[in-house]
Amino acid sequence: METGFRALSTAAGAMVLVIIVAIAIFLISKAVPALQANTENFLSYKAWFPNDAEPKFGIAALAFGTVLTSIIALIVAVPIALGIALFLSHYAPKRLANPLGFIIDLLAAVPSVVFGLWGRDVFRVPVQDFSVWLNKYFSWLPIFGGDGPFGRSILLGSLVLAIMVLPIVTSLSREVFQQTPLMNEEAALALGATKWEMIRTAVVPYGKPGVIAAIMLGLGRALGETIALALTLGIVFNISFNLIESGGNSIAANIANTFGEANATGRGALIASGLVLFAITLVVNMAARAIIYRRREFRDSAA
Amino acid sequence: MAKRIEASNVSSYYGSFKAIDSISMTVEPKTITALIGPSGCGKSTFLRSINRMHEVLPNARIEGRLTIDDQNIYDSDVDVTAVRRMIGMVFQRPNPFPTMSIYENVVAGLKLNGVKKKSLLDDAAEKSLKSANLWDEVKDRLARPGAGLSGGQQQRLCIARTIAVQPQVVLMDEPCSALDPISTLAIEDLMFKLKDQFTIIIVTHNMQQAARVSDKTGFFSIEKTGDPGRLIEYDDTQKIFSNPAEKKTEDYITGRFG
Amino acid sequence: MSLLEKEVPGVVMTPDNIRSKKLPWAVDLGVAVVALIVAAAVVLGLGLGNWVLVVVVGIVFYLAGMFAAATRVEGRRSARNRLWKTLIYAACILAILPLASVVWTLVSKGAARLDGEFFGTSMNNIGARDPNGGAYHAIIGTLEQVGLATLMAVPLGVLGAIYLVEYGRGKFALTVRFFVDVMTGIPSIVAGLFILAFWVLIVSPWFNNGTPRFSGFAASLALTVLMLPTIVRSTEEMLRLVPGPLREGAYALGVPQWKTIVKVVLPTALPGIVTGVMLAVARAAGETAPVLLVAGGAAAINFDPFAGNQSSLALYVYQQAGDASRFAPERAWTAALTLVALVLILTIAAKLLARRNRLT
Repeated sequence: METGFRALSTAAGAMVLVIIVAIAIFLISKAVPALQANTENFLSYKAWFPNDAEPKFGIAALAFGTVLTSIIALIVAVPIALGIALFLSHYAPKRLANPLGFIIDLLAAVPSVVFGLWGRDVFRVPVQDFSVWLNKYFSWLPIFGGDGPFGRSILLGSLVLAIMVLPIVTSLSREVFQQTPLMNEEAALALGATKWEMIRTAVVPYGKPGVIAAIMLGLGRALGETIALALTLGIVFNISFNLIESGGNSIAANIANTFGEANATGRGALIASGLVLFAITLVVNMAARAIIYRRREFRDSAA
Repeated sequence: MAKRIEASNVSSYYGSFKAIDSISMTVEPKTITALIGPSGCGKSTFLRSINRMHEVLPNARIEGRLTIDDQNIYDSDVDVTAVRRMIGMVFQRPNPFPTMSIYENVVAGLKLNGVKKKSLLDDAAEKSLKSANLWDEVKDRLARPGAGLSGGQQQRLCIARTIAVQPQVVLMDEPCSALDPISTLAIEDLMFKLKDQFTIIIVTHNMQQAARVSDKTGFFSIEKTGDPGRLIEYDDTQKIFSNPAEKKTEDYITGRFG
Repeated sequence: MSLLEKEVPGVVMTPDNIRSKKLPWAVDLGVAVVALIVAAAVVLGLGLGNWVLVVVVGIVFYLAGMFAAATRVEGRRSARNRLWKTLIYAACILAILPLASVVWTLVSKGAARLDGEFFGTSMNNIGARDPNGGAYHAIIGTLEQVGLATLMAVPLGVLGAIYLVEYGRGKFALTVRFFVDVMTGIPSIVAGLFILAFWVLIVSPWFNNGTPRFSGFAASLALTVLMLPTIVRSTEEMLRLVPGPLREGAYALGVPQWKTIVKVVLPTALPGIVTGVMLAVARAAGETAPVLLVAGGAAAINFDPFAGNQSSLALYVYQQAGDASRFAPERAWTAALTLVALVLILTIAAKLLARRNRLT
């Protein structure tokens, strides 16, 4: 009985590894036939016609859009998230910090399709106005150029994505900042530091590895986000740094958008693109976790 | 540059709990004053009230007057950071900044005060480390992490960090309680040396230490748990340890109580 | 030996004067008002933009003016302290805005179709011109898919956590724990593609005369993949909180380890495990992409999760959002409101449960 139970639970633990390996194997097995049928270079071709008699598809534009939207989302979200995290850990009175932290956690629980719908039906309007304004005064910058139409653009998708990764980065960073040893904060204060100087001297350096890990987990989430981007991006296959003209696409959004019409090769092509996404997020997540693990060891050995 | 400290009727609270009640005492410049007494008698609280570190804890507040050369540090127009720059503090557990090297730890306070020139910082680091009797041990590894030193070395690093910003008073909150006897001796030697320039107030559990290093001793005590701590007796160290005026003091130093 | 006093010229480390001037709040307010007026004059006068730009430019002017004034009165360090504090507070307010907008839109737009028909009928035979139609079939789909996924993920996840806490030693256990964490970051669309490749395209034809078949069960398999790591992690944390003496007490009585775990450790950790499961369920209920890929979506009611297309609430929102009918947005928002209510109730209940347990 004991052996049986032990074997059962070990098998359950090993299941996680089995699933990760299985994901790779099954995605590859379905991707390979489509890749063989592809008449263009999968890595550099910028369009997606896998359902044609001569399938032509490539991931270049999609991968570009995925990375660009995620990076802009992080550029917007990270400073705000760190500000809120510091507010919750060091500025707000406890009576305010706890409910506010709770709300941030709830924000993380809101399904992405809701953010997508909100982004498309509500947030698009101010972003469109903003895009027109940017275009009027800053069209000499290529990222704000073009003649329109504006609206479902990289900018809109990135901003919605930023709102979605905000809670993750906030709650992880808050946790890290709260772990700063009180004695180090007091050491800084006793040297005559102002509150901000104390944060700069004691809190931020201590939390840095944890914050980097939090940002990478946020990046992982942004890269894999599907529905919110499927609803807010313009779905155009090109590589352009123009942020405000209708356009933009991502690997995950493309899967959601074109899955309905896909034939066998089309599915294989989408699975191939999913495989690329899987590989990217796996690397990002493993790096983030490795940082967290090293930090935990460091902390436990110091205590 | 060392300053006289005068406390009159200082009471400190944590929320509604009164930790110390009406402490009045005067500390002369360039002396070492030891505060002794049983655990929970409020000596650390009083010490933290002298450089306004008490109020860092949530819901902590203070009543009474505490003056440094006749300036009340609890006046509403006083800059807390200036007070803390003037009155440095060494804590019970060595607390070098874990992410900084030995060198960065020593000059951390100077950098906060806007000193940027490398030569000045180098100079200050060397002088402070020499004053803290640590220079010879670390001069070849200034770039190594401060947390890699032994406990006693870390505490001397913290002392160097404190005196690098040239305070006038140095508060020490049981600085040797986490250290072995040899490191303790090194710190005591250091205190004698620093006395030439600083007013030092030290909280200690160790009565031999108080007797060895201090000029004056204050004995704190409480009636029972939950009562505020009071200053029972404050006098020359020699007098306190040979012929105390109060029975309670005598009971404590002869080990009959606490 | 003298310390640094003379050797560091020009740096007054310990000013004799510990007093400092504070920027009066009235000046602070004055700076704010002037900044806003100047911003309004510049922006509206030159026709650069609307009131939003006035506010944004006003805030920038205020920060600059406040920093300058504080530097003059209080000194640079104090001014910088003030600046950062203001920025940090501003970050909080900025983050609340979209949240408030989402909540407001959900309630105001979602209420339109919050009627019995919405919860009682499906989209079967609902044309583009029909204002009615409901999400009954989608709610059924969500409940069945999430329910089946929970049935699969909970035993697997709890057993996996038991392995990590009670049996796992050495490199293998470390590897498992590491990949459990990594697995929490797998995008849901990848989980969907995995089940598409594995179950829908390869396994399901065996049961369906050789043709691939979408099903609600396939969706629950994908949701299982997403729930599993969350449940393992939260259960693991809870099991670790069970005090060692409780286990040792049982061992001392000669109870075998497996029995101790089942009879002593699990019941003690149960409330915490339930909390973790509820959070995982809430997350799974909100997933759209995997359901789209492997259950296919449907307009009619299908009670059988093992055969044929099914929809789900989240997928319903997505599909109504993409529908050209002018009645579709109403349905999408009402479904979104229902979905958020479901997810938030689960999440809040889980967190309250966790809080109550922490106190006792």
